[in-house]
Amino acid sequence: MNIDSLSPAILTLVTFVPLAGAMLLSLLPRRDREIRIFALVVSLLTFFLSLHLPVYFRRPGSGFQFEIDRPWISTPNIHYHMGVDGISLWLIVLTTFLTPLCVLISWHSVHERVKEFFILLLLLETALIGVFTSLDLFLFYFFWEATLIPMALLIGIFGHEHKVYAAVKFFMYTMIASVFMLAAILWLYAHTGTFDYVATRDLITNGAIPKFPAAAQWLFLGFFLAFAVKVPLVPFHTWLPDAHVEAPTAGSVLLAGVLLKMGTYGMLRFNLGLFPEQSRQNAWWIMILALIGIVYGALVAMVQPNMKKLIAYSSVSHLGFVVLGIFSFTQAGLNGAMFVMLAHGISTGALFMLAGILHERRHTYEIMEFGGLASPMPIYAASYLFIVLASIGLPLLNGFIGEFLVLSGTFQARPVYAILGATGVIWSAIYLLWMYQRVFFGKVTHEVNNSLSDLSSAEKWAVWPCAVAALVMGVAPILWLAAIDPAVHSALTPFVHVASRMVGP
Amino acid sequence: MTMPTVALLQTLPQAADYTRILPEIVLSLFGLAVMLLEPLLDEENNQKVLGLLALVGTLFALAATWCMAQSPGLAFWSMVQVDGFSVFFHVLIIVIAAVVILSSYEYMAVQRIRAGEYYALILFGTVGMTLMSSAVELVLIFIALEISSISSYILAGFRRNSAASTESSLKYFLLGSFATAFFLYGVALMFGATGATNIGQISHILQAGPIPLLAYVAVAFMFVGLGFKVAAAPFHIWTPDVYEGAPAPIVGLMSTAPKAAAFAVLLRIVFVIDVHALFWIIWISAALSMTLGNISALVQSNVKRLLAYSSIAHAGYILVAFAADPALGTSAVMFYAASYAAMNLGAFAVVSHFANVGERYVSLEDYQGLGRSSPLLAATLTIFLLSLIGIPMTGGFFAKFYVFSAAIKSNLIWLTIIGVLNSGIGAYYYLRIIVMMYMREAHKRVPTTPPPFALRLALAACMAATLYLGLSPNRILQYSQNSAQELVRKTPPEAPASTVSLR
Repeated sequence: MNIDSLSPAILTLVTFVPLAGAMLLSLLPRRDREIRIFALVVSLLTFFLSLHLPVYFRRPGSGFQFEIDRPWISTPNIHYHMGVDGISLWLIVLTTFLTPLCVLISWHSVHERVKEFFILLLLLETALIGVFTSLDLFLFYFFWEATLIPMALLIGIFGHEHKVYAAVKFFMYTMIASVFMLAAILWLYAHTGTFDYVATRDLITNGAIPKFPAAAQWLFLGFFLAFAVKVPLVPFHTWLPDAHVEAPTAGSVLLAGVLLKMGTYGMLRFNLGLFPEQSRQNAWWIMILALIGIVYGALVAMVQPNMKKLIAYSSVSHLGFVVLGIFSFTQAGLNGAMFVMLAHGISTGALFMLAGILHERRHTYEIMEFGGLASPMPIYAASYLFIVLASIGLPLLNGFIGEFLVLSGTFQARPVYAILGATGVIWSAIYLLWMYQRVFFGKVTHEVNNSLSDLSSAEKWAVWPCAVAALVMGVAPILWLAAIDPAVHSALTPFVHVASRMVGP
Repeated sequence: MTMPTVALLQTLPQAADYTRILPEIVLSLFGLAVMLLEPLLDEENNQKVLGLLALVGTLFALAATWCMAQSPGLAFWSMVQVDGFSVFFHVLIIVIAAVVILSSYEYMAVQRIRAGEYYALILFGTVGMTLMSSAVELVLIFIALEISSISSYILAGFRRNSAASTESSLKYFLLGSFATAFFLYGVALMFGATGATNIGQISHILQAGPIPLLAYVAVAFMFVGLGFKVAAAPFHIWTPDVYEGAPAPIVGLMSTAPKAAAFAVLLRIVFVIDVHALFWIIWISAALSMTLGNISALVQSNVKRLLAYSSIAHAGYILVAFAADPALGTSAVMFYAASYAAMNLGAFAVVSHFANVGERYVSLEDYQGLGRSSPLLAATLTIFLLSLIGIPMTGGFFAKFYVFSAAIKSNLIWLTIIGVLNSGIGAYYYLRIIVMMYMREAHKRVPTTPPPFALRLALAACMAATLYLGLSPNRILQYSQNSAQELVRKTPPEAPASTVSLR
């Protein structure tokens, strides 16, 4: 097909192919094997379609590409407006990359209500991609809320022991926080007459909205609260460990890999994009919360007896880096934040898969139950080590690049914060390696563990692409940063004078 | 012709006058036909035949509404007004009645209730409600209100062998009469204050000069009466008990159609008479309804009670729009009434199907594992509940959306914040039902039967409306905006010579 003719439709295709797949899937008979294959084909198709975006993305190009803008509802003035820039580009690809892996990792672990499971998974994918492609505030909110239901159902139906509690807690936290965003969006619409992101941003920049200065702080907080719960920033993080521990593996992978990034993406796109002034004023306490998140998340992770909870708390810590980078308002900091989002998505996604693989064999996440697994499961142990090293931030692997950039950016802006944040790198090495040591090294302490089987081929196909991606991202980050950098640069334009003042002469 | 004859002819009703109440006439005739036919049929058949007759009646009434819509204007000495606004509520109320009749079919058979007056009462009630939406004369509004109320009092007590139903009926009757008395008192006071009972004239008189204190009191009294009908706090105490006892399809009716009619009246009173002192009363009542409704619903274990509290909360959301700018608020209320009717009727249709003989299965535990035992019905109920939460892609979402955006545009920031916070909290109890259906295993055997054709039709209609309003709300919204403009902008008619003045 001609590329030019595909370009305007590509975002629609990428977003809605999973939905179409889910609809078809609901018509298929309940034959589990065929359903799995079909889901895999749909998610792979989406992945390959989404590769169109990075391949034909013009670099360096600022502004939005592959745009499509059609009126949807005339009153209120809602448009079907989609587009990507360097910030959303890779998050879309991350989503489409992780979904087929989720299908693979659930290949054997989901036996009941297989059809519903894969329908929900594909619905979730559509909603997630929609969040990153929407350029209309209404459309964004639409997809944002739409992610809630499939995720809550995935946790609540396919989860573990306290699944219902976790699902409802997840739903309520996000729902209540995001209604504040809705209120802010409604205010903006009431005073601008448009939901369009670009138009709203321009109106704000030109100071064309009456009463905006008085309301801006509240609007900023409205958006921020919704995103902070999603990230999650420290006082709002308590839903996360529950949701992760109870979720099925694929749910955890998408939750950590993509859903949390909706929060940081939102901060970057909406808090920084629409309210630069307020972002700057509020940066100090947000960065303190981020620092608390880094250290507190790491310390709590360290003492967790439960492997999945440990990984969940490590997410709190890692996402703290992202927020720290975003609110440093430096080129390096934002590049780093974007890179940590992607790296965390891949390595934590893989860690959850690995934890799920173990759970499937032993039906427990307790670290105490394991020990010396390296001898019965050598391939598993090696893959695990690789991912752990990537997550810790070993140079040449993906975690290092992002954390380095974030810390150097933060150092330019607020040196003390950077020094405190840097301790997070040490903490993460401690808790992950200590966990690794307790699980894999030494003698096999529990007899059952001797007979554990190593990775199956579906599991290899699920985990190894993450490992490869972690390596490539670590060696050649420029492939990603080439698109991210210009987008970050234009996101920072309103901050230029601020940034130069902070960096010094 | 001599002059007096012309004057006399003018005072006589014209053909157009009858066209403008054609739906009411059609509904009354069909109601009478149902009553007349009932003794002629044996018990086996009467349920089906009478139900069908009533259903045909609503369809004819819809056609009559179309005829009515072709000749907008005042009728019967400015007592009835046909405009986009009243046509909208006519269609809404008649469709609700049709869906209720459809979902009553199976219910009546299962509960072994003799159909007889049941369907006739639904039709008569509908007459009252439709008349409420087109009446612009306070006394006529009162009469219409009574017609609709008396039918619902009887319908609430239709499960004769159940004490709860009798309690429901009696409670509804006693408190309802009290509330309508308040309304009547308000009408009387308004007459005392302005010397008129025609809404247009009242508005004209009040705008002309200083508003007498009595007029404020009068409007407040009328608000009390109507607030009771829409189950707005603090006049909501009756709701859970009445809803719990009344037959489930009737609860579906009571929670949508009379409310829509009462909101229509309230819209005319609030926005056409336009007394500003009402603003704070409405503000407080809206905030209270949302908060009390949602918080009380959190702890309910009976699905009907839960939905009763939810309907209080939804009345609160609608009242938010009453505090907003007239044009925006009116269209938001109209849209909300329509989508609330679609989702709530659907939910009650499912509830009445599950309830089974004697409404035995109406507690939350009975819904455990329904996702497995009857997946299609559970999925249907889930969509209605998601719409009640206000999740995108459903009518409930846009309804809340329009209400809150009307409120924000009118600078009601705090009321909006209370509202959005409430809609977040409200998600919890709807979610509980979904959780029960999908995430818990059944502990006891709840018999489930596949829904019969009539119920499927009712559910399909509700579902189609819920999704249609959620995916392309354009046309309905456009329509309601136009008729809202018409309603609000309308200059009060000069008192015509033919008006029968009570002075």
